[in-house]
Amino acid sequence: MTTTEIPLLDVQDLTVEFSTRNGTVAAVRKVNISVAKGETVAIVGESGSGKSVTSYAVMRILDRAGRIASGSIVFSGIGLQSAPESSMRELRGREISMIFQNPRAALNPIRTVGHQIEDVLIRHAQATSQTAKAKAIQMLRLVRINDPEARYHAYPFELSGGMCQRIVIAIALACQPRLLIADEPTTGLDVTTQKAVMDLVMELTRQRAMSTILITHDLGMAAQYCDRVVVMEKGVVVETATAREIFRSPQHPYTRKLMQATPRPGIAIRDLLPEDTETAASAPVRPPAPEASAPILSVRDLVKEYPRSGGAFAWPWRRAELLDQTVVRAVGGISFNVGAGESVGLVGESGCGKSTTSAMVMRLIDPTSGSITFEGQDIAGIPARSFATHPLRPRLQLVFQDPTDSLNPRFTAARAIADPLYRLGGITRADEARERVEALARDVGLPLDLLDRFPHQLSGGQKARVGIARAIALSPRLLILDEPTAALDVSVQAVVLNLLVDLKSALGMSYLFVSHDLHVVRLLCDRVIVMKGGRIVEEGNAETIMTVPRDAYTRELIAAAPHPPI
Amino acid sequence: MAQASRTGIIVKRALQALPVLAGIVVVTFLLTRALPGDPAAYFAGPSADARSIAEIRKSLGLDRSLPEQLLIYVGQLARGDLGQSISTGQPVMDELIRRLPASLELTLAALALSIGIAIPLGILAATHPDSWIDHLCRMLTTAGVSLPTFFTGLALVYVFYYLLGVAPAPMGRLDIAVLSPPHITGFYTIDALLAGDPATARAAIAQLALPAITLALFTLAPIARMTRGAMLQVLSSEFVRTARAAGLSGRTVLFTYAFRNALLPVITTLGMVFSFALGANVLVEKVFAWPGIGSYAIEALVVSDYAAVQGFVLAMAILFVLLNLVIDIAYTLIDPRVGKDA
Amino acid sequence: MLARNEKATASPTTSTAARKNETLRHVRHVIVSNPATLLAFSLLVVILLAAILGPALVPYDPLETNPSRPLQSPSWSHWFGTDQLGRDVFSRVIAAARLDLAISVAAVAISFVLGSMLGSLAGYFGGWVDTVVGRLCDTIMAFPLFVLAMGIVAALGNTIENIVYATAIINLPFYARMACAEVSVRRDAGFVQAARLTGNTDWRILAMHIFPNALPPMMVQVSLNLGWAILNAAGLSFIGLGVRPPTPEWGIMVAEGANYIISGEWWLALFPGLALMIAVFTFNLLGDGLRDIVDPQRRT
Repeated sequence: MTTTEIPLLDVQDLTVEFSTRNGTVAAVRKVNISVAKGETVAIVGESGSGKSVTSYAVMRILDRAGRIASGSIVFSGIGLQSAPESSMRELRGREISMIFQNPRAALNPIRTVGHQIEDVLIRHAQATSQTAKAKAIQMLRLVRINDPEARYHAYPFELSGGMCQRIVIAIALACQPRLLIADEPTTGLDVTTQKAVMDLVMELTRQRAMSTILITHDLGMAAQYCDRVVVMEKGVVVETATAREIFRSPQHPYTRKLMQATPRPGIAIRDLLPEDTETAASAPVRPPAPEASAPILSVRDLVKEYPRSGGAFAWPWRRAELLDQTVVRAVGGISFNVGAGESVGLVGESGCGKSTTSAMVMRLIDPTSGSITFEGQDIAGIPARSFATHPLRPRLQLVFQDPTDSLNPRFTAARAIADPLYRLGGITRADEARERVEALARDVGLPLDLLDRFPHQLSGGQKARVGIARAIALSPRLLILDEPTAALDVSVQAVVLNLLVDLKSALGMSYLFVSHDLHVVRLLCDRVIVMKGGRIVEEGNAETIMTVPRDAYTRELIAAAPHPPI
Repeated sequence: MAQASRTGIIVKRALQALPVLAGIVVVTFLLTRALPGDPAAYFAGPSADARSIAEIRKSLGLDRSLPEQLLIYVGQLARGDLGQSISTGQPVMDELIRRLPASLELTLAALALSIGIAIPLGILAATHPDSWIDHLCRMLTTAGVSLPTFFTGLALVYVFYYLLGVAPAPMGRLDIAVLSPPHITGFYTIDALLAGDPATARAAIAQLALPAITLALFTLAPIARMTRGAMLQVLSSEFVRTARAAGLSGRTVLFTYAFRNALLPVITTLGMVFSFALGANVLVEKVFAWPGIGSYAIEALVVSDYAAVQGFVLAMAILFVLLNLVIDIAYTLIDPRVGKDA
Repeated sequence: MLARNEKATASPTTSTAARKNETLRHVRHVIVSNPATLLAFSLLVVILLAAILGPALVPYDPLETNPSRPLQSPSWSHWFGTDQLGRDVFSRVIAAARLDLAISVAAVAISFVLGSMLGSLAGYFGGWVDTVVGRLCDTIMAFPLFVLAMGIVAALGNTIENIVYATAIINLPFYARMACAEVSVRRDAGFVQAARLTGNTDWRILAMHIFPNALPPMMVQVSLNLGWAILNAAGLSFIGLGVRPPTPEWGIMVAEGANYIISGEWWLALFPGLALMIAVFTFNLLGDGLRDIVDPQRRT
């Protein structure tokens, strides 16, 4: 971008304040961002960085409690920061568009998708009520929706998450805006769907020489799809550079920390942490290969079927069609082992059956058929209802995905960690429990003064530690980790993953690591099992699978994960 | 495809009302069998002697077993036989049919009035938070749910009849001097207009005004509160954010996107409101001496006329079921997700 | 209620005491900062005083008739005037507080305990329990509730106890449905699954883990319901059910006073009506305040 070229969007010294219960808070301070015509800029940051607030300020759709305190936002020569609402309504959708995360919630649930696209077209005089339908169908075709004439009449609840996001993109691009702001558009979508959506957005915007702002927490995605990257931390811009420069030579320590913490090929787990972190020298970076002995867990022909919920009404002559679909096979007969001291990854996208499998192995739900042999005993036949008091219960534990959801809001951290000790650990005296809880807190790196806090007073990383402490309280032999870091910021994730590795070798546990994030799985696991549609499609050594996958689906999964240019 | 299953869902809803009706019939049956002492004595009345009590017992089948009695009862209902009122000597069914239009006129007028005020009030309060209309809405809502209906009625009578003299005496549907219009629907206002008699219509409306306003004030509060709450929630939802980000006009966002979605919980609330309204109807009828089924029931209670009370409870319940069916169907028409595995 | 376990923790009572102090401070802050809540709590205190101490402190005997001074408008000797039998309206209004409050508290207590128990079981175990409880609630809710109360009182007999039972029955579905919803939403929550993993049986989970979390929203409903129960009982006595003269009760006093409104003697009906209104208003406001105490993010 030469100095003579005027940027399409020029944000200078922008400060946005929110009036909260505790006074005025500056969510964004003196931020400078410029986007040239046809350029794609990424705003990268973790939670609380102010990246979304900046874009809301540009669109002037801030909450009632927020206001632009100072600074300027100039779009194509027009000052946006104090433009009247009527002018903004002209600009929105026609010149500047925005797409959000959580696509199904972003669409009106009781209006057909076709009509929602038409609304925008008619509003900005891009079509009349006669021509709108044809144009809407054209947009549906453009965003690669199959059978657009039929889908025109569909409601959002009838479409998948990926399709809903395409509809949102269609609405945003219908009037050919010059700038598209994409706020975490792929969060919550499957990895393969993410790639499809991002490819589509990039293709369409480049075709029309549109400028794009991509807001994301994923540095890899930012570098892969964008020309320039702006890094934000706690409301300020810490670094701005081209994608290449950011990855080759990050300047700011925060950028370096973010880069370090992003899981990518070719590094070891310790490399996720900032260089100056002290780690236990004696803890091995890579856990030792499992010994050749009987596997600690052996699953054979595991099946889980659910009856399809019979809510739909059918006229009698249509009943026969429904009978075929009376059963859903979540898991269709899988077999695998986890060896003693081994770390096995279970990978797949949503709906592949990995969470159902882990719930069955954990004995939270009953399998329809098959065997689950743990430490030589078949536990599949023991009903889930009565497993809570079974002697094997303490030896088989789970770390949950959502640390907020998995902690009782009315229990302090100490009480939550002490629960297994009281119920299964044979501890009855409160002071004895307190001792054990404090020891566990030290093991997971949770500061002792946080023990008497409630979950809503703890950060995401702290809650994750509480969940881990609770899970290892009874020294289990097998620990299933169900996407334990999915809800965490990437820098926190780095620390928690290292913690998990240290604990495994210290306590001699075996891990079954369920995840959709291939990079993380590669760092943590010896072997990987890939699932799709309730079946295992590939299984083998982690490194091998990631570098030379045999199955087409595995290849698709690996190709879909963002590849930063390192 | 969507249309056919919509009709199917409506039929399914209508059929679902049947077990509810069955439950109602059973409960009303049990109510009269739960009487302390000898039910036959109650049905025979306070002035009956042992012989007439025994006759009543036989004719009502009270000497049979309970399941048999239930069957007899259902048979009677199917024939439209709700028993005899011991105070008037007339069949209960006839009395109810004669008095029903009065209650319906009052309730429907009140509901129309309250919905017509409450919903716009709620919308305005939600779109102009912290303005005077928002405060008015909140005040009305809090006061409205705290006020006993009979008290509001009496207060209105005192102010508008006794003090100001603008309202007529609370003595029923029409002033003594005015003749009732020829019976077509039973609604005096409508019948008078249909007969081309504006003077009678005006008289009827004058009598209807205070009771309808009293009842309307009662139902206004929950509807306004729900509308305001639902609108506030919908206006901060993600799809409204998308609509705003697409630059849609204020009116489109408000009505096509926000209001239609907010209407869903409001319609659901209407069920509860109808329940309260039918109950408050009884109280209003007493305050204003309105000759509907509510005052019929009150008179019947005083003289322990159990057949009449039973008939009244049954009639009100069936009316309520029909109203709920209308609500269900309205909901189904607005929300395409109903009946689907969303 | 978990304080029992933490009473003797090594990190001693300071943590429990500190937490109790913090809760008290938060409660006081909520009451004082929101004028509506402050008003509600003050009024509640007044009403409770009237109910508990009222009958002992009133200037006249609520039942004492005085045929020489009927229908006197409010004056210094009779603050609220006298009714048609010469009884002091003020004393009767204050004395009635006890009865009205007793009826509604009893009714709400019965329906809350029974309803939340049934609802929790239905919400947690599902299956036939859910079906039966659901059918029971549906059947009750199929009637306009006040009408059903009329029918129940007519059937069981015209006594005050039956007013309590009738009000309890028609209130039951609220609590049952609410408990069912709150419990079933949490039944598959992460922390419940975690509790299963840490060795809690189903009954323990329902009682110690789920129900304490479901309780706060139900407490708010209890407060709102108390107001509605008072209105309900007053309505029933207004039409002649339950309370008989000469017992002082707000509803029946308004009914007696209604006859005199058209001749301008407004004080017989106004003061008991106002008392009703204030009581119901207090409980409604209290509900909002309770909601704020329990969940600070929500303000209407």
